[in-house]
Amino acid sequence: MSSKSSAAPLFAALGDATRLRLLGRLAGGPLSITRLSEGTGVTRQAITRHLHALGDVGLVRHARRGRERVWDLDRKRLENAKRYIDQIAAQWDDAAERLRAFVED
Amino acid sequence: MAVKTPAPSDTVSTDRIEKRVVLRAPRTRVWRALTNAAEFGTWFRIKLEGTFTEGRPIRGRMAIPDYEHVTLELLIERIDPERYFSYRWHPYAVDPAVDYSAEPTTLVEFTLEETDDGTALTIVESGFDRIPLARRAEAFRMNDNGWAGQIKHLAKYVE
Repeated sequence: MSSKSSAAPLFAALGDATRLRLLGRLAGGPLSITRLSEGTGVTRQAITRHLHALGDVGLVRHARRGRERVWDLDRKRLENAKRYIDQIAAQWDDAAERLRAFVED
Repeated sequence: MAVKTPAPSDTVSTDRIEKRVVLRAPRTRVWRALTNAAEFGTWFRIKLEGTFTEGRPIRGRMAIPDYEHVTLELLIERIDPERYFSYRWHPYAVDPAVDYSAEPTTLVEFTLEETDDGTALTIVESGFDRIPLARRAEAFRMNDNGWAGQIKHLAKYVE
């Protein structure tokens, strides 16, 4: 997990409605700036700025797909094995507490 | 996102989870709760059909809201009375559309020791490093508490 100090810029980057919408769209897969701008009522330049703000904290990155430049959620972050383990460890915490309640009755 | 801080006796790496708890109950009682399939199912929240037998699989449906459609299979590996019990399974195999059978399993081990005030139980689940990263990411995405799920919810909320 991030420490408090490294989490702060992350939350600052997330504290904006346009950026959250961009992340929501990218959760479905990589998209070009053109696609990301569609229906937002925000200029491509502004979208680009927001994407760079998200990129600065490691949430998104850009890549080339053919001749197109696309943006994607940072899969490294998503594929972070430690987080997966944390989730399963939390499930074991819950299971162990249920076992405790069961045998200590 | 709720993040639990592990107790000092717990260790977590990318390959294994180790958890140790002291239960205020006799070892015989804890052993039965672990190795009697019906009792195991009660606290683990799974409706198992059959008994735990070394070398044999046992299947059951999860009894957790929103996960009742999930069937899990435990392959019982070793039962060493009142001391050690282990099985293999596919961790986080919660998508009924995915066939997990070809994937590596993790090993879950329960070890019991008597202590002055009850029974010390150590739970170890290991072998995560053999599970493909893509699958781990998928499990991660499927969890509503995961990053992508959170982001989607946030996006919906602000839209």
